[in-house]
Amino acid sequence: MRVVLAEDLALLREGLVSLLEAHGCTILAAVDNGPSLLKALVEHRPDVAVVDVRLPPSFTDEGLQAALEARRRIPGLPVLVLSQYVEQLYARELLADGTGAVGYLLKDRVFDAAQFVDAVRRVAGGGTAMDPEVIARLVARGTRDTPVARLTPRELEVLELMAQGRSNAAIAQQLVVTERAVAKHTANIFGKLGLAVSDDDNRRVLAVLAYLNR
Amino acid sequence: MDIERPLTRLRAPWQGLGFLLLGVPTCLLYCAYLTALGLTGLGLGVLLVPPLTIAVRGLMDVYRRRISAVTGTAIERPYLPDAPGEPIPRRFLRLLQDPATWRDVLWMAADPIVAIFTAGLPGLLIIEGVWGWLLAGFAGDLLTRYGGNDWYLFIHVTDGFGDDSALRIGTATLGTVLIVLGFAFGPALLRAYGRWGAALLGPTEASKLKLRVKQLTETRSDAVDASAAELRRIERDLHDGAQARLVAMGMSLGAIEHLLDRDPEKARQLLARTRESSAQALAELRDLVRGIHPPVLADRGVADAVRALALDHPLSVEVTADLPGRPDAPVESAAYFAVAEILTNAAKHSGASRVWIDLRHTGGALRISVTDDGHGGASLDGGTGLRGIERRIGAFDGVLALNSPPGGPTVVTLELPCGLSTLA
Repeated sequence: MRVVLAEDLALLREGLVSLLEAHGCTILAAVDNGPSLLKALVEHRPDVAVVDVRLPPSFTDEGLQAALEARRRIPGLPVLVLSQYVEQLYARELLADGTGAVGYLLKDRVFDAAQFVDAVRRVAGGGTAMDPEVIARLVARGTRDTPVARLTPRELEVLELMAQGRSNAAIAQQLVVTERAVAKHTANIFGKLGLAVSDDDNRRVLAVLAYLNR
Repeated sequence: MDIERPLTRLRAPWQGLGFLLLGVPTCLLYCAYLTALGLTGLGLGVLLVPPLTIAVRGLMDVYRRRISAVTGTAIERPYLPDAPGEPIPRRFLRLLQDPATWRDVLWMAADPIVAIFTAGLPGLLIIEGVWGWLLAGFAGDLLTRYGGNDWYLFIHVTDGFGDDSALRIGTATLGTVLIVLGFAFGPALLRAYGRWGAALLGPTEASKLKLRVKQLTETRSDAVDASAAELRRIERDLHDGAQARLVAMGMSLGAIEHLLDRDPEKARQLLARTRESSAQALAELRDLVRGIHPPVLADRGVADAVRALALDHPLSVEVTADLPGRPDAPVESAAYFAVAEILTNAAKHSGASRVWIDLRHTGGALRISVTDDGHGGASLDGGTGLRGIERRIGAFDGVLALNSPPGGPTVVTLELPCGLSTLA
């Protein structure tokens, strides 16, 4: 996997580089500010970009803006955004174009290297990786809405994991149930929410996120 | 003279007469007030002056309101602020030391006369004019026939008036001139009266400064208190939260080091717990920082920060914003936290299911209104926290208005004077 990395804190940048290299990624560029990030993304067209939201020179959401701009120029460019905070507002903006291949995770998730690398791979493969915290808040908001309120607790759990971007297999493993049971829950959820069922994992995730993001 | 709208011209003389009538209670109150002041030597004045001063100020407020309504320029109250609970003699002295009290006395003495020659004059001219018509029509004839006589300005209404048609036409013409004059100069004289009112009833530069100093002192001490309380809260949160967790983690790491060779399994368990603890410490720091200065506010400004707030809110919140730039950071932050608190209130007390927030910059101020479809009946006091918000935005000369009739809807409006930076 060819990766472009943007993180302004040298310590974290080096940590991420060694982590990703240890998991077989090639780091094409590791930059520390917004403008260089945009340049590197357009120049290298990596398999995936791992981007910190807050970057110099303005120390605002420069990383996010650069990533969004890069996706406007190169549609579908996989971007995984890391942040000290997760905001539904930013998640919405990343998901807005509906093409997927985006991730938005808390920096803490890096602690669990295996899961983090899995998220990077998922995004590179056109999938989504949404932070559980974003999804929890999204679902909490969704429960105002009657169809979501009609889901059973188990179905809500599956819905959250699905919205995070997990595959059926991963959900089954996490909840310690069979993949078939997950498929049944999924069918129920889609039925209750009135969504069209799709076999494609990525499209399924996007449909759920779009529903919750209304 | 500029061209008046016909309606204004028709109305002005009668509005002026209203001021003349207001002179009646003013004269009575003036007499009472002078008497009370005169009784100061006997000690009675000390008791009588304060309540009478309140009455005078009430009456002056009637003038202020009427003049504002008629001339369209608001007259502020000039009085120095009240100190509740002070002993009566001190109150008496304070009232007498307030220059506005003496300006009120001057007003009561002079206004009835001033009003006759300004606001009241057009109305009087018109009434006199109508009397001229009546004299010319039948009243003159009637008057002289019963042996009476009268001067209509320079026209002597006496024996033979009824038969002298030239004199009668002259009287009617004179009356017409008076009526025309009354309507012609009504608005201008009313404005002149308004200037007199503004000069005497409004605050002087000195009293304006005093009021401002008083207000600044209050808001400054509120601001200092609020920030001190905030620092204490942050200190406590850090001490009980992240700091304590880091200490615990350090201890765990020591234990892990110790266990590493003897009991690797136990060490691994402890390691997992320590990682969990570090994640929790981060989460707590995150919440703390969000409470100090939310990241979206820093990144995007108040409109997007309120949008982010709306997305996280349990109620359905709709945000509309029309801000061509960003206010200063302190104003943004004050506005953001005020909205956050109003939203929390709405969720807790109002029974609302939907909330609408509107942000815009008009007339040199950031104006935010928060409307909910709850049951209304909210008040500034009564533990709703609105008073606290009012105090905090007071540091920026911000004001809060609450409109919450029983049955709803509740509208809280904030106005914070500020400029906008142009967007980069």
